Amino acid sequence: MSNQITVPFGPQHPVLPEPIHLDLVLEDERVVDVIPSIGYVHRGLEKLVEKREYPEYIYVAERICGICSYVHSNTYAECIEHIMKIEVPERAQYLRTIWSEYSRMHSHLLWLGLFADGMGFENLFMNAWKLREHILDDLEATTGGRVIQGVCKVGGVRKDITPEKLDEMVKGLKGMEPALRDLTSVFFNDASVSHRLKGVGVLQKGDAYTLGAVGPTARGSGIGIDLRQTGYAAYGKINFKPVVEQSGDCYGRCAVRAKELFTSIDIIGQCVKKIPEGPVEVKVVGAPDGEYFARAEQPRGEVVHYIKGNGKRNLVRHRVRTPTFTNIPPLVTLLKGCELADVPMIVLSIDPCVGCAER
Amino acid sequence: MSYFEMTKTVIKSLFSRPATLMYPAKPAKITPLTRGHVTIDPAKCITCRSCQRKCPTQAILVEVKEKTWQIDQMRCVVCDCCVEVCPTKCLTMDTQYPVALTARGGVTKVTVAGPKKKEPVAPTDGAAKPAEKKE
Amino acid sequence: MILDQQTTIPIGIDELVARTAQQKKDGCRLVQIGCTQVGDEFEINYTFDKDFVMTNLRITVKQDTVVPSVSSVFFGAFVYENEIHDLYGIKVTNMNIDFGGHFYRTTVKNPFTVTITTEDTSCQTK
Repeated sequence: MSNQITVPFGPQHPVLPEPIHLDLVLEDERVVDVIPSIGYVHRGLEKLVEKREYPEYIYVAERICGICSYVHSNTYAECIEHIMKIEVPERAQYLRTIWSEYSRMHSHLLWLGLFADGMGFENLFMNAWKLREHILDDLEATTGGRVIQGVCKVGGVRKDITPEKLDEMVKGLKGMEPALRDLTSVFFNDASVSHRLKGVGVLQKGDAYTLGAVGPTARGSGIGIDLRQTGYAAYGKINFKPVVEQSGDCYGRCAVRAKELFTSIDIIGQCVKKIPEGPVEVKVVGAPDGEYFARAEQPRGEVVHYIKGNGKRNLVRHRVRTPTFTNIPPLVTLLKGCELADVPMIVLSIDPCVGCAER
Repeated sequence: MSYFEMTKTVIKSLFSRPATLMYPAKPAKITPLTRGHVTIDPAKCITCRSCQRKCPTQAILVEVKEKTWQIDQMRCVVCDCCVEVCPTKCLTMDTQYPVALTARGGVTKVTVAGPKKKEPVAPTDGAAKPAEKKE
Repeated sequence: MILDQQTTIPIGIDELVARTAQQKKDGCRLVQIGCTQVGDEFEINYTFDKDFVMTNLRITVKQDTVVPSVSSVFFGAFVYENEIHDLYGIKVTNMNIDFGGHFYRTTVKNPFTVTITTEDTSCQTK
């Protein structure tokens, strides 16, 4: 005879980084069913678009999330530029790419630290965040903000970087590479980490595709979807390959993010070599009239911004579909059948960002 | 699969200085571009209200009749919009982070100079009406 | 500069589930389901993607129309349909996980259909 009890997990829990609520139905130590529940940080930002004019709204769009903030403002700006048929200068495209890749490195290092903390490996957590400080220093020196950059605008970017600073940034990243290799080798090789991650939370390739998994959650299961291959911003001119792992478990998802750190350093190096001289912004007049879906690759996956305008300064609708929102159904499928002690690692391995998911 | 992968990093950090900073006892790391808080030079303000119009959080309030300019520091997100759009460049972005408050408040109110009266040579209307800037 | 193409196809409500099943058979994945209010009517966009080519199916409904759920075809559609129900008040039947209006807990029911115009109080001085 089996006993089924329901354990409420979250929104406040020492191991959970984000306020998500899961009702776990347990039989002995196994999870048989999961009912997710969100809505703790819903701020109604999409409704605010009716009250703020579209050039100022980019600052609201940036603050949907704290970790993946730069890519939100980038995608919003690209969406408006496409509707209004504005051609952004090339130097601005390269600068946007450089800042996107810095944002990606920052997010992955933050996640690696939280993942180690979820396992109880505090030392590794602190080391990952120590390396993250170098990235934040570079971001602050070039944009003025550590976490919220505020540097993207409709028609280009607001700040420029001198060539000397660009070379200094690349040298700093190359100098950081040995420390990054030491850090990621702990994730790949250490016995206690492998014990907790290998074989836990396996997502099959077919399931991942039909459930709508995106980002490292999908790439860890063998599906090579990476929105950077569509060539937005300056990605069309950069050579890189998406990082794909075949195992489909937590170890695979962790490996994808760790390897993407090195891909990002390579992309930044290529951008700095190819960046042309020129202006960084164009003047924007008028208001958007029309609709468009703009997509980009956030650190967590594919983000879609849908904008509908009718010629006035306030937009009619701004809809954001963030990767965490679409990774919730795979999370529900992954949690069924696992043990109670594996639940925090599985929830952390999809990289939840509930501020994004609920706006 | 090895058992003591972390040892190298542990020994290195045992013998090096801590990476953390005792903020606020020691000052925070800042750069010339850091956005801390917004300050105003009252003598240059002409109460055109461009900053109030542009602010995404509606943190600035300009009273034209009483010639005051106030900002709610708690509502301000230091986005730099007002500094960029000000026509007389009276607003500056200071690099110091504001101190945390322990009670309600944070509204800074200053009396400003207001629009300058033009010399009565040619009949213009720039004297008493504040210039309504349209974006 | 963006290499993906987008097409929008307006369809009727009765063809919704059939065409969604056709998209799944073609190998597309569901990207998002989004709702926009245009005057008195609501446009619901179902977005599918395959190899970075985006297709949208659009249905136009009124406030009291009942929309059939596509969660029998795509399991992950329940998050979007619950969100549309909670924010706009449009009824969706046969969802595989139905939160009954409690997905987002808000003080005002159906917040996206209500626009409160108070005087813009800038700079709260209380």
